[in-house]
Amino acid sequence: MSSTLLEAHHIGKHFGGVSALRDVSLTIRTGEIYGLIGPNGAGKTTFFNCLTGLYVPDRGDFGFDGQLLAANAPHQAAQRGIARTFQNIRLFGNMSARENIMVGRHLRTRAGVLGAVLRDTRTRAEETAIARRADELLAYVGIADRADHLAKHLPYGDQRRLEIARALATEPRLLCLDEPAAGMNATETAELRVLIEGIRADGTTVLLIEHDVKLVMGLCDRVAVLDYGEKICEDIPSVVQKDPAVIEAYLGGSPDA
Amino acid sequence: METLLQQLINGLVQGSIYALVALGYTLVYGIMGLINFAHGEVVMIGALVALSVTGALTAAGLPLWLAGALGIAVAILTCMALGWSLERIAYRPLRHAPRLTPLITAIGMSIVLQNLAMMLWGRNYMQFPALFPKAAFSVGGAHFTAVQIIMVLTSAAMMIGLAFLVYRTRLGMAMRATAQNSQVAGLMGVNIDRVVAAAFVIGSALAAVAGVMVGAYYEIAHYQMGFMLGLKAFTAAVLGGIGNLGGAMAGGILLGLIEALGAGYIGDLTGGFLGSHYQDIFAFIVLIAVLVFRPAGLFGEKTGERA
Repeated sequence: MSSTLLEAHHIGKHFGGVSALRDVSLTIRTGEIYGLIGPNGAGKTTFFNCLTGLYVPDRGDFGFDGQLLAANAPHQAAQRGIARTFQNIRLFGNMSARENIMVGRHLRTRAGVLGAVLRDTRTRAEETAIARRADELLAYVGIADRADHLAKHLPYGDQRRLEIARALATEPRLLCLDEPAAGMNATETAELRVLIEGIRADGTTVLLIEHDVKLVMGLCDRVAVLDYGEKICEDIPSVVQKDPAVIEAYLGGSPDA
Repeated sequence: METLLQQLINGLVQGSIYALVALGYTLVYGIMGLINFAHGEVVMIGALVALSVTGALTAAGLPLWLAGALGIAVAILTCMALGWSLERIAYRPLRHAPRLTPLITAIGMSIVLQNLAMMLWGRNYMQFPALFPKAAFSVGGAHFTAVQIIMVLTSAAMMIGLAFLVYRTRLGMAMRATAQNSQVAGLMGVNIDRVVAAAFVIGSALAAVAGVMVGAYYEIAHYQMGFMLGLKAFTAAVLGGIGNLGGAMAGGILLGLIEALGAGYIGDLTGGFLGSHYQDIFAFIVLIAVLVFRPAGLFGEKTGERA
């Protein structure tokens, strides 16, 4: 039995009169690929934003690796080992692909301004290591040849890969992917699937928001379904697919109708 | 021809001061979108602290060069602490407030610092110690002094140092990432509070150096000396494209040249009706012209990263 990595306890979040999340609890185990699906506006991205500290939930809290996560502290979430990508890509457009990843290494490196000026051996060793690690990550996601291109000049699919590489650079224990296959064609989606499986095989737990039901069902160990801010189902893909509530949420009617 | 060369030299010297101060404005604006109108007052505090410390140490029997060096060091450290405190006390609580709120606060901090300086140092003009050698040179009929050379070289060194910091260090990378998207930088593990504080501290150190140089150049210091200088440096930053480091440097030098040339020729152009004491109008003509015709500045992107 694998151990618990993330526990969401009764998360609630309102925007004015709209409740985006209502009493959502879920548990993610170490080493699994966990899918979070639901119709548009179901609260999936809001859940991500609460988890990564961009929003403060009105109710509930998150336990990560047995300890509470501080609310509203994005860089602490990153420090604890939670990294994410964005539904609408948010790279540092005017920095090169390599530099984007080096920002992600920020947390795991130490050298200060003094070291950069004095060029002592430790700083130089660290700089070499950062650059090497950045290139490794670029190769890992398959865009090694783009290292020196400005992020904003990369093709769309490569920008998505770069976002994943940047998130991996923070050495996360939980990688949260927000619709990574959005806008991708079938070939790119198939490559993405191999990449995500590789990430899990290398020891990182993955939380995946995705619209592509085929991808989710083929990839995830367990799936939770959100509808109007509530969790209506959580199980292995084959069970979720047959759940009447899920079918109703997606098709807007009962399966018998 | 002699006037032209002379005014180009004067403009370059004045412009290098504008550039140093403009960098402080643009650094803070680039990272958090705030125009820190109290920045000119940091320059003033730097000059006055250097003046007091140097004066006290020479009175205690230290040679002028040593007293001066210590005075500059204390001024830089004081201004760094001042910049850090300004951000911590006045601006950080307003980080998520509407944009007008911190702007008004900045103007308020400017008034507070001016009055504080007036209480500490008095209302009178004070003699600034002559920190740099007095040697004068003459080339092609134009005169310049060792002080001017030192000022231009110091400014250049500071700017190279800043460029190194921003483009070659881990802190600089965090600063650039924060300027482009602070939310995402935070999610990647960059501590935004520290990056913002660093921008204030670095800008204030540059301001302290500028204050000492202005004091040593005119050999005078006063609690209101930072106000006009701050406004003009702000103009220089806008001219270059606020938020853009290279723009602030170029805008500062350019503004210095425009002012110097304008002051040198305004008498001839208006048949003696307006004299060189009208030189201040040029900076503000430039500001208005930029805002009307090229609001993003010379080097600013039209759809600025921080529009």
